[in-house]
Amino acid sequence: MSKPIELTIDGRKVVAEEGETILKAAKKNGIYVPTLCYLEGVSSFGGCRLCMVEIKGSPRLFASCITPVAEGMEVLTDSERLRRYRKWAVELLLAERPHVCSVCVANGSCELQQLATELGVDHLRVDREWTDYEVDLTHERFAYDPNRCILCTRCIRVCDEVEGVHTLDLMLRGKNSKVVFDLDENWGFSQSCTSCGKCSAACPVGALYVKGKPLSEVKKKDLVSFIMERRSGK
Amino acid sequence: MKPDELRGLAQKEQEARKSYRFRINVCCSSGCMPFGALRVLTAFRDAVREFKVEEECYVARTGCIGTCSLAPAVLVEPGDYLYQNVTPERAREIVKEHIVNGRPVKSMLYGNEAFFKKQLRVVLRNTGKIDPLRIEDYIAVGGYYALLKALTRMTPQGVIEEVALSGLKGRGGAGFLTGLKWRYVARAPGSPKYVIANLDEGDPGVFANRTLAEADPHAILEGMAIAAYAVGSQKGYIYVRSEYPLAVQTLKKAIEAAKSMGFLGENIFETSFSFDVELRLGAGAFVAGEETAILASIEGRRAMPRPRPPYPAQSGLWGKPTLVNNVETLANVPVILLKGSEWFSSIGSKNCTGTKCFSLTGKVNNPGLIEVPMGITLREVVFEIGGGVPPGRRFKAVQVGGPSGGFLPEQLLDLPIDYESLTKAGAIMGSGGIVVLDDTSCMVDTAKFFTEFCVDESCGKCTPCRAGLHKLFKILDGFTRGEGSVEDLSKVEDLCEFIKEASLCGLGQTAPNPTLTTLRYFRDEYVAHVMDKRCPAGKCFRSGGGGGVE
Ligand SMILES: Cc1cc2nc3c(=O)[nH]c(=O)nc-3n(C[C@H](O)[C@H](O)[C@H](O)COP(=O)(O)O)c2cc1C
Ligand code: SF4
Ligand code: SF4
Ligand code: FES
Repeated sequence: MSKPIELTIDGRKVVAEEGETILKAAKKNGIYVPTLCYLEGVSSFGGCRLCMVEIKGSPRLFASCITPVAEGMEVLTDSERLRRYRKWAVELLLAERPHVCSVCVANGSCELQQLATELGVDHLRVDREWTDYEVDLTHERFAYDPNRCILCTRCIRVCDEVEGVHTLDLMLRGKNSKVVFDLDENWGFSQSCTSCGKCSAACPVGALYVKGKPLSEVKKKDLVSFIMERRSGK
Repeated sequence: MKPDELRGLAQKEQEARKSYRFRINVCCSSGCMPFGALRVLTAFRDAVREFKVEEECYVARTGCIGTCSLAPAVLVEPGDYLYQNVTPERAREIVKEHIVNGRPVKSMLYGNEAFFKKQLRVVLRNTGKIDPLRIEDYIAVGGYYALLKALTRMTPQGVIEEVALSGLKGRGGAGFLTGLKWRYVARAPGSPKYVIANLDEGDPGVFANRTLAEADPHAILEGMAIAAYAVGSQKGYIYVRSEYPLAVQTLKKAIEAAKSMGFLGENIFETSFSFDVELRLGAGAFVAGEETAILASIEGRRAMPRPRPPYPAQSGLWGKPTLVNNVETLANVPVILLKGSEWFSSIGSKNCTGTKCFSLTGKVNNPGLIEVPMGITLREVVFEIGGGVPPGRRFKAVQVGGPSGGFLPEQLLDLPIDYESLTKAGAIMGSGGIVVLDDTSCMVDTAKFFTEFCVDESCGKCTPCRAGLHKLFKILDGFTRGEGSVEDLSKVEDLCEFIKEASLCGLGQTAPNPTLTTLRYFRDEYVAHVMDKRCPAGKCFRSGGGGGVE
């Protein structure tokens, strides 16, 4: 048994297990922290920066989805600074590629859209980019629109860690990063894809989707955590 | 090798060295090679034969002497006569006049005394004076003695104590106390443990680590072996960028030589300590030099940083405790063990001991590779060692710390070079780049130039760096083309603050520095751009945009 760790989150004393992340400890205690690249059941990535928290005694910010708890840690999940930065993160993601909600399968159940509403993003302070990636419609059941991808890598991690296939990965770097199938193959021609659909279920936006189906229908159940729960036999 | 054998070999080499009255060191580093250094080397060897002075004059192929802009450079000992721009014809003349007739050829000598006067060579103690491909040369100047001392007369804890007492801080950028880091790795549970020497050096215009590897590879290997002994590791990797072919070659040969002499491998100096070193080549991304990205790269994954904690000291290569040190940091270690921590901490300033290598470039009269005691002022570096800006021009700013270093104005030139002072002023030590700008540079355009570099080099993992820097670049680019208003300046500062504080790794965390410091110290130039649509330096608003730093 790992030993219990005591810490405070937003002034509340909580007990967590050794090795657990701050996010997990917060969730278990009903404390909400916004997340985007985090996905229950797979490894943490720490890229979107939505889940940042302050830790007393450090000027740095920490991604709670990946930072382990420590004895006596004093965590702050909400502050004027954190709210300001989270808003920037969402605005920049919305501006980075064209997100046009009215023509998106995820409209209404998109996690990015929800965060924008929640954080009060009512306009963008920076110009939008109009990337022009070709939409991949080659798979018979699924489609991929890189223009909507926020590079959270949830699909990559699910495909690798849950399905065990690793069809997906990133190509290029920086703003040109792109999620690709195999060695940049069209989805329909991917040799390794098992057409399991976990990636589209994991996508927080409408970048990977089931053709012709609104995301709200696909996402009735949190597929990945459901699978992981079943696998661990709980 | 047995301890006595090392002493014997060193003595023999020293005697051999003494039997020559002169030694001609011809730099054959990356800086001098393209200018025909190898032909100059051959010319010297031919001339020595022609004038029949082979018995008294030794011609050595060495690493960098430091004055890279005057390539090929040649150093004649005794007396450290430095010849510049040597050609095969001039080589013959130097042998004839200097060696045979005993009259140094004044017209070819490097005229700048100041370049060397304020320097202090600790890390670069041997560069330019030994043949990097001859391990015997390194042994002759006391090489591998520190390792011998550590293994036979010190405990691992004792070594860590000595390094800690010296006050040595990491030269890779962050300036973390080396002794403390070693202690963490030594105490971390888990085995095996690994040592990684960081020779990625992805900053544009920075070449100090490359020079060190090309000119004195054994100093790095010896430092690594001592570090490995101290933290309890048996396996080390040198992570070097593949764009450094000569450094890679030199290191490869050095590792082979050290292995065949028994300084690497099993039971070194007949003790129970074994240590092996391998090279790992990076594919040239700037971010691949970040320590967690190196771990990923060596493990065969995409070189993307990951959040810390856990630090590599706790969970590094394959989840095992790993020590990551810059090669310059490691090259300091043998000297510290031989001369003592007290000697080392007497160099530099109180909170920042020792020396630092810098690649001095830009608009200075004497660019090159320098090594100075910590605490020296920027003014001394730029105006005394560097000889100031070219005639007819005015100094404008100096950038310290590579592409994400801040720009400091004239009024801050008396700032001492140490981690704290630089950080306070908005610059960073980085891995040691100093770029001097004169009045022909536009600061808005310059900030844009370096922001673009970081946009290109961002790995793309985290939102602030990937998406934020790109927006920052777009806004700055707009400024140089007549777009934007004064209100945009505070928006830029706000965005920069977000990128700096919310980014995952040091790249994003420091990338806003050029913009923030130019806004802080050269705000009037921004105002001129956005209000009057005018570029004081006359760089912007021309078709094709600004030129950046040449
Ligand atoms: C973007 C980025 C690039 C880096 N590049 C290098 C590098 O080329 N060489 C290096 O020694 N350290 C580099 N570092 C710093 C390393 O992460 C690490 O701090 C250093 O190697 C530790 O060694 P030290 O304690 O001896 O300085 C880089 C850091 C960042 C964020
Ligand atoms: S396709 Fe979807 S899940 Fe995959 S990285 Fe892009 S946004 Fe994330
Ligand atoms: S700060 Fe930049 S380079 Fe570092 S992890 Fe984030 S995107 Fe990658
Ligand atoms: S949820 Fe933690 S960084 Fe994205």
